[in-house]
Amino acid sequence: MDYATLLQVLDSTMRLATPLLLACLAGLFSERAGVIDIGLEGKMLIAAFFSAAIAAATGSVWLGLLAGLVSSTLLSFVHGLASITFRGNQLISGVAINFLAAGLTVLIAQDWFGQGGRTPSLIGSGRWENITLPLAETLRPVPVLGPLYADLISGHSLLVYVGLVMVPVTWWVLFRTRFGLRLRAVGEAPEAVDTAGVSVTGLRYAAVGICGLLCGLAGSYLATGLQAGFVKDMTAGRGYIALAALIFAKWRPWSALGACLLFGLLQAVALRYQNIDLGGITIPVQVMDALPYILTVVILAGFVGKAIPPRAGGEPYVKER
Amino acid sequence: MDKLPPWADAVLVPLISLLLAAALSALVILGIGENPVEAFRLMVEGALLRSAGWGYTLYYATNFIFTGLAVSVAFHARLFNIGGEGQATLGGLGVAIVCLYLPWPHWTLAMLGASVAAALFGAAWAFIPAYLQAKRGSHIVITTIMFNFIAAALLNYLLVNVMKPAGQQDPATDIFPAATHLPTFQDMFATEANPLFRGAPGNVTFFLAIAACVAIWALIWRTRLGYEIRALGHSESAARYAGISPVKTIVVAMLISGGLAGLMGVNTAMGEAERLVMNATEGAGFIGIAVALMGRNHPVGVFLAAILFGFLYQGGAELALWTNIPRELIVVIQALVILFTGALDNAVRMPLARVFAMRRKPAE
Repeated sequence: MDYATLLQVLDSTMRLATPLLLACLAGLFSERAGVIDIGLEGKMLIAAFFSAAIAAATGSVWLGLLAGLVSSTLLSFVHGLASITFRGNQLISGVAINFLAAGLTVLIAQDWFGQGGRTPSLIGSGRWENITLPLAETLRPVPVLGPLYADLISGHSLLVYVGLVMVPVTWWVLFRTRFGLRLRAVGEAPEAVDTAGVSVTGLRYAAVGICGLLCGLAGSYLATGLQAGFVKDMTAGRGYIALAALIFAKWRPWSALGACLLFGLLQAVALRYQNIDLGGITIPVQVMDALPYILTVVILAGFVGKAIPPRAGGEPYVKER
Repeated sequence: MDKLPPWADAVLVPLISLLLAAALSALVILGIGENPVEAFRLMVEGALLRSAGWGYTLYYATNFIFTGLAVSVAFHARLFNIGGEGQATLGGLGVAIVCLYLPWPHWTLAMLGASVAAALFGAAWAFIPAYLQAKRGSHIVITTIMFNFIAAALLNYLLVNVMKPAGQQDPATDIFPAATHLPTFQDMFATEANPLFRGAPGNVTFFLAIAACVAIWALIWRTRLGYEIRALGHSESAARYAGISPVKTIVVAMLISGGLAGLMGVNTAMGEAERLVMNATEGAGFIGIAVALMGRNHPVGVFLAAILFGFLYQGGAELALWTNIPRELIVVIQALVILFTGALDNAVRMPLARVFAMRRKPAE
């Protein structure tokens, strides 16, 4: 494999990792606050649809993004209502949200556009443009580093950079602010937070809200950046891969970046090479598809470092009387 | 909080949840500019007023009984088996291997062999998540989700690279030999004069599903193992104190659960398609969650909820055929049912408990 090909694969890794990363950080906020979220998939899906639909109707990718953020956050608050206010089962609520999004998107898409559950293809200002970073073309002739800068680092859409920036931001919010400390505390020992006179409910709703916004970014990028328009079930399990990445990263932001890049790389390789020939042994493409899930099971089994989730995860908080 | 009377808990809460889900679904139908009453009439007509409609309704219901029972057995041990989809996929694989590579003289024997294989394959797929949960505390919800995807990739590989006959385009196995074809309702009940169930896929597996309901009822409420499973579900520390091994009980409950989900493969692969195709489960593993929640984890409830979802599936197909409402409407209804009976349960229960408390007070 030559250098140009390598750059292409890494470039596609960046783009494929972005929705995973945004969704993974979304799950990080929610689960750190003690609200388990297996509805990442559904929130991405509904954001993908509304972004594409509104972008197609108005021709503005920004309005599309707004619609994606709003729809995803609304769905997130349904999850909050079920799991915080009504103290329901968070896992079941997440499953319900995934199905709600899978059904509603196709239903509404069919009603609005009549194209069998898809939006029209986005053109022009309905999609994110690729940003060329300063001096990308000037530096291209520089050996090795020039193409690296021009092809890999430069030339992505805005949301890719937003995703990357969100990693230190998430780290800073969670580990360097009072809000972050309280948010983490609410996922470990909500009774302590309550004793300190801070609202457990309020913090958890805030976390769920942030989760909705980040899922909205992820879905929006999927439909208006990575691809040009919405198709039925276009998240294709990415929400679950993000969940796997979250466990793989043991609920930590920088590790989340690493896990998402790894899973993005697997997707990029599977996309480019159907079957990989390794000197006589052929690795079928399905192995690449299944690898994120297999790795997560191995991590969960605790054979390679144990993944310990936030202690109060999944437990609705009941104030003692 | 005030307790509800048992009958209200068993009947009223699911019924109100269902009505709420139905009302919201009607709003959705109105929202996309169709008439909900007309839609409901079409669904009833297509699914219940013709014998062929019943043939489809019961075919779907058979799948949902198996997956619903699978979820409910795990629920009794307070395990959330979300992996019915993968276990059913593997069950189908077991059926295909048995039907394709073993010579069977008669369908009864073939059905027996295929059922055993389906249950074994399904149980085997549930074993690793069960073991990891019991021994290493890995969250079973996450592992079973992961195993769904791994199963899909495995089936994809086997169908494309191994089991597909040479020269065939679509990724599916060969047609099973004629001796393994199961009798459909049409074969069983239709006569010259009275052609019932024409062309419908409902088949003899439905009766296997009913037998499974009875067997699970007996297992859960009439055997020592069932007692152990329920005890573990109520309180792990109490169960441990009573000398029940949590590891063994978790693994056994999940093996039964996976086996039940696997049995669905008999209905889809052997009863309907008569070969193994890609994505034969069509989400039935997930509908099992809705069915178990609606049916309050009781086999009778699961049976009724499965029939209801069978009706919704067949009715939804009719709607897609005659109106502009896509089949995904059923996915929305399914989501609302899961939401109201599973997650927003307290939203129904709390006001209801208040009503009952108010009614009780004047009598005192």
